[in-house]
Amino acid sequence: MSAANETVSAGQARTARYFIYAALIVLALVYLLPLYVMLTTSLKSLDEIRGGDMLALPKDPSIAAWVKAWGEACIGVSCVGIKGYFWNSIKMVVPAVIISTLLGALNGYVLTKWRFPGHKIVFGMMLFACFIPFQAVLIPMARLLGLMGLSNSTTGLVMVHVIYGLGFTTLFFRNYYEAFPDELIKAAMIDGAGFFRIFWRILLPTSGPIIVVTIIYQFTNIWNDFLFGVSFSGGASSPMTVALNNLVSSSTGVKEYNVDMAAAIFAALPTLFVYIVAGRYFVRGLMAGAVKG
Amino acid sequence: MSFLEIKDIRKKIGNNEILKGINIGLEKGGFLVLVGPSGCGKSTLLNAIAGLLPPSSGDIVIDGQVVTDLHPSKRDIAMVFQSYALYPNMTVEENIAFALEMRGVEKAQREAEVKKVAKTLQIEHLLKRRPSQLSGGQRQRVAMGRALVRQPRVFLFDEPLSNLDAKLRVEVRAEIKALHQNTHATIVYVTHDQIEAMTLATKIVVLKEGTVQQVGTPAEIYNRPANLFVADFMGSPAMNMLKGQVSGADGQQSIALFGNDGVKVAMPPSVTAGLADGKEVILGLRPEAITDTGLLDPQVRSVARIEADVTMVEPTGSDTFVTGRLDGASFTARTRADVHVAPGEKFSFAFNLDKAVVFDPQTGSRID
Repeated sequence: MSAANETVSAGQARTARYFIYAALIVLALVYLLPLYVMLTTSLKSLDEIRGGDMLALPKDPSIAAWVKAWGEACIGVSCVGIKGYFWNSIKMVVPAVIISTLLGALNGYVLTKWRFPGHKIVFGMMLFACFIPFQAVLIPMARLLGLMGLSNSTTGLVMVHVIYGLGFTTLFFRNYYEAFPDELIKAAMIDGAGFFRIFWRILLPTSGPIIVVTIIYQFTNIWNDFLFGVSFSGGASSPMTVALNNLVSSSTGVKEYNVDMAAAIFAALPTLFVYIVAGRYFVRGLMAGAVKG
Repeated sequence: MSFLEIKDIRKKIGNNEILKGINIGLEKGGFLVLVGPSGCGKSTLLNAIAGLLPPSSGDIVIDGQVVTDLHPSKRDIAMVFQSYALYPNMTVEENIAFALEMRGVEKAQREAEVKKVAKTLQIEHLLKRRPSQLSGGQRQRVAMGRALVRQPRVFLFDEPLSNLDAKLRVEVRAEIKALHQNTHATIVYVTHDQIEAMTLATKIVVLKEGTVQQVGTPAEIYNRPANLFVADFMGSPAMNMLKGQVSGADGQQSIALFGNDGVKVAMPPSVTAGLADGKEVILGLRPEAITDTGLLDPQVRSVARIEADVTMVEPTGSDTFVTGRLDGASFTARTRADVHVAPGEKFSFAFNLDKAVVFDPQTGSRID
């Protein structure tokens, strides 16, 4: 009897659903508000911005601020816009993501399928690397880059991000490959495939979801990184985030909010793009690792 | 000399000795089944033959060549795994051709070989599909195709039927048997299913806790089990084990069963040794050797008719298993399907002693 009393009627269920959707929509709006302000402000003229209403739609939308941010805005003393720095970031992010993902996959492969004595300790130490704060490695890293002659270079930044990302990428791939059947590796060994052949032909082609997860994670982290960028690069080799900071915090002249906002949107675009293109694999991949790992 | 020789293989993992000195020989074209309960070391032994798990000591010899230290791919063997282990990212065709590709076989020849194997296994229509689009039986067939295409010296099967449903298992079992008969391949097959072992093998090895209990043909293993373990493990329902005592009274050796007031049966002809009067023994009798009098083999020489209480009747369709009870000891008889008997009744069982074997209760070994 009690079970019958607890059942929810169709009407109640519908009300509950309306309530849930309403709450979700409100929260989504709150979450999207900063993006809305960024977009509208970047399309307004300076006069209109000074006029006050931050939430109002632009009266006379113009992309002048975008053009200026991209090609003319002054970063420090050089007034060439952020485009050079944008490409700096691309040149840093693409190799850093590819290398750290590949190495992470290779590490995960070795740690699950070619186990050696002490593999747990090695993995533990790699995990440890995930939890060391950025600030703690700044000075040793600066010294190392100096010794290697990579200070103030994009190559140096790529190296820093690869090293720092390796702990995370290894963790992702290890947990994914843990659930990968050992019998497949054995079968491939009997078939005559070697270490790398098994990796390229069998393991990597079946790693789609976890590759997507790792790429999104690494891309977002490396693109958004400010601390390593500001510490290990200088002047024209700075990544986007550092340039954005220099643009926004420059204390000379009139404060051009619309240009700042446009530059900030440029800085956010690539990560948004990656997430929109590959995002649906993201949740799926995270779940796959979580359930079976 | 045997085609495949397993010489004193030992395997230690930590302080655990998984294999304790295994010696087996298999002639060319033989079908060797390693059978035993889980944890007996049968899969470990198969992996040692494959080279996937190097033994701690001992040698594997194939066709006169010691392969113990050779990489799995250099041993000229093929293995069919329990999970089939098909590469999920490749089509059936690519799966079968993978080993040939690794060996550097030309593409045209590869395709021809794959076609040939696919025809043998009747999977030609599946070649372009991926493993995820196949049923269990089809995957099993592809896994066999992948082994067949290499024409290896030895095929290894690791419980290949255990993931199939009962009906399909019987079908594929027959296919494997036919495959062996047609190709005369040398096969080592691991299973925990004693029926698979009986139906497929030319030679069975029963393993328990890392030691060989008995090596023999299916008939030898079934009819003359070396010890109580083998007798109990092989056959379903299990062999009846009846406690008894040797008695030499009346000038004829017999065994007294079912306690002192029980029945005396003549010493089975399978036992030749004169045993001391009063020695405790265990009489092993397969269920089919205890029947209703009507089903009795007319060729039988020594038979004992014993009246007992019926406690359970299990019809299987083809036969009916009747559980009898006498003086505290239970036994299972295999009778005609249409036998008229119900629990609680008395029934006259015919014990065919020609088939009986006798074990020593202390050592568990068979007494000859």
